[in-house]
Amino acid sequence: MKTKTSVEKEKVLMMGNVAMAEAVVRAGCRFYAGYPITPQNEVSEYLAKRLPEAGGVFVQAESELAAINMIFGAAATGVRAMTSSSSPGISLMQEAISYIAAAQIPCLIANVMRGGPGLGNIQGSQSDYFQATRGGGHGDYRLIVLAPWSVQEMYDLTCLAFELGDRYRNPVMLLADGILGQMAESIELKEPVKSKAMPKEWALTGCAGRKPNVIRTLYLQQKDALEEKNLELTAKYEKITAESQLSETRFGEDAEIAVIAYGTSARIAHWAVKRAREAGVKVGLFRPITLWPFPAVELRKITAHCRKLLVVEMSQGQMIEDVRLARIPATSVDPKIEFMGRGGGWYPKPAELLARIKEIASC
Amino acid sequence: MLNLGEKALRNVRMHYCPVCGHAIVQRLVAQVIDDLGIREKTIGTAPVGCAVLLYNYFNCDIIECPHGRIPAVATGIKRVQPDKIVFGYGGDGDLLSIGMAETIHCANRGENLTMIFINNAVYGMTGGQMAPTTLIGQKTVTTPDGRMAGTTGAPIKICEMLATLTRPVYIERVAVHDAPHVERTKQALRKAFLNQIEGKGFSFVEVLSMCPTHWRMGGKEACQFVGNEMMSHFPLGKFRDASV
Repeated sequence: MKTKTSVEKEKVLMMGNVAMAEAVVRAGCRFYAGYPITPQNEVSEYLAKRLPEAGGVFVQAESELAAINMIFGAAATGVRAMTSSSSPGISLMQEAISYIAAAQIPCLIANVMRGGPGLGNIQGSQSDYFQATRGGGHGDYRLIVLAPWSVQEMYDLTCLAFELGDRYRNPVMLLADGILGQMAESIELKEPVKSKAMPKEWALTGCAGRKPNVIRTLYLQQKDALEEKNLELTAKYEKITAESQLSETRFGEDAEIAVIAYGTSARIAHWAVKRAREAGVKVGLFRPITLWPFPAVELRKITAHCRKLLVVEMSQGQMIEDVRLARIPATSVDPKIEFMGRGGGWYPKPAELLARIKEIASC
Repeated sequence: MLNLGEKALRNVRMHYCPVCGHAIVQRLVAQVIDDLGIREKTIGTAPVGCAVLLYNYFNCDIIECPHGRIPAVATGIKRVQPDKIVFGYGGDGDLLSIGMAETIHCANRGENLTMIFINNAVYGMTGGQMAPTTLIGQKTVTTPDGRMAGTTGAPIKICEMLATLTRPVYIERVAVHDAPHVERTKQALRKAFLNQIEGKGFSFVEVLSMCPTHWRMGGKEACQFVGNEMMSHFPLGKFRDASV
């Protein structure tokens, strides 16, 4: 690995899972627990060596249930903590994720998605969008969900995830997929921004010099206590929605057609949109970076004058529901929303997507 | 650290039924914390079930854990706060049924923490269902004709199971049905906390405990049930003491 100098930025070739793992260390995360599952094993393999070197703790847990609950405990002491897994493993973590959200404990959960449902397969997929953005576990709660589309963003958004988590006292999910996890690209290992988050006065560190802290999610005693907690969480979620929608638009200026995709699908779509532009089609790409909060404000703005929208996903169609919701109320025109997606661990082929864009443009 | 002021147990009324073992054991745990002067560096992990409300009784940092996951949550805490004293407290549903994997693996890693296991042979909070430790023939709401091994298995002896592992340093089964045994329980708890303070490793104390409400017994009868039926299936004693 090259050393960073004042004139030279630190650039390295890394696979996505390793870039995420290196970001975990550089963002100051000091506890990782995980259970092996493909296609994200490089994260724990890398951290098993790297995290102890950096003064952190690595634990191979006996299950995903144990892993996420170890994160709950470690993060409850105010330490930055994370786990990673892939789709079936993330399903196993949902109960504790609900508790962590309820207790407002910041931490990072990375889902390097594979095909589902069930044991599915080990190819990259985007079929956990509903689970990530709609809760997954029980009760009224939200995760902040970040969707990288490159190895660089596997690194950048991992750093951002810890910052957002601390800022809002909320668990954050990095929603990647097996392709992003396994591919290698040259990236810059940027210095994570210095945290602007509040001190963690709620953390369990022993009660010397203060009143004891209690972290709990049970609200039995007063009849309104749980609803009050729900309202407190809702107010926070509204604040996050107002402040932290992230997206990127390319070729948006005069676009009559908007292709909407995130993660690996957006990479494929970007190629197709560029080729379509070269062929004279007025098409743009809108890429949500936060899947929750869904960047509805920017989507409405960008697509206000589009006559057609094409949602592209590596699933049978999940984010398309948020696109439909974001269009309500409809703006000046009411574009037709089309869909192109493949499930089962497959992805829309670039050439087929290009053909579809041209077909949409011609009618 | 000398405790000059506050006590580890808050001066509040507990919600436990009369003769319930939880009230006794929690009082003992608090006394040990006070005796050792560790209240301000102690972090407790609360279970799901009747004892979930221990966060209202203990005057130290507490986290309430998902059902069965006390050993995992406690592991996470202790690994990043190794200078703190971490105790787990859970019942038979928590640590032996839904959380059996966490219990065994926490013990097998030899985590340097103190695990307190309340065995009252029944599920309390949910209304008296069969536990993994329910005795053969014992009637519960889900074994109305008495527990039959052929369809529901036999009561699990966790101390004996954990004693097959090499990593735990201290495993003892005690009871709280009479004064001498309560005193012995306090000594075991003290040992389990001292081991952690001295960095020796994983200590596990199983406490045979009364649940008169769901055993459908009076208090005296419940104490006798522990002393006779439970102790004949779950023998008291040290199953490991590698701490000396």
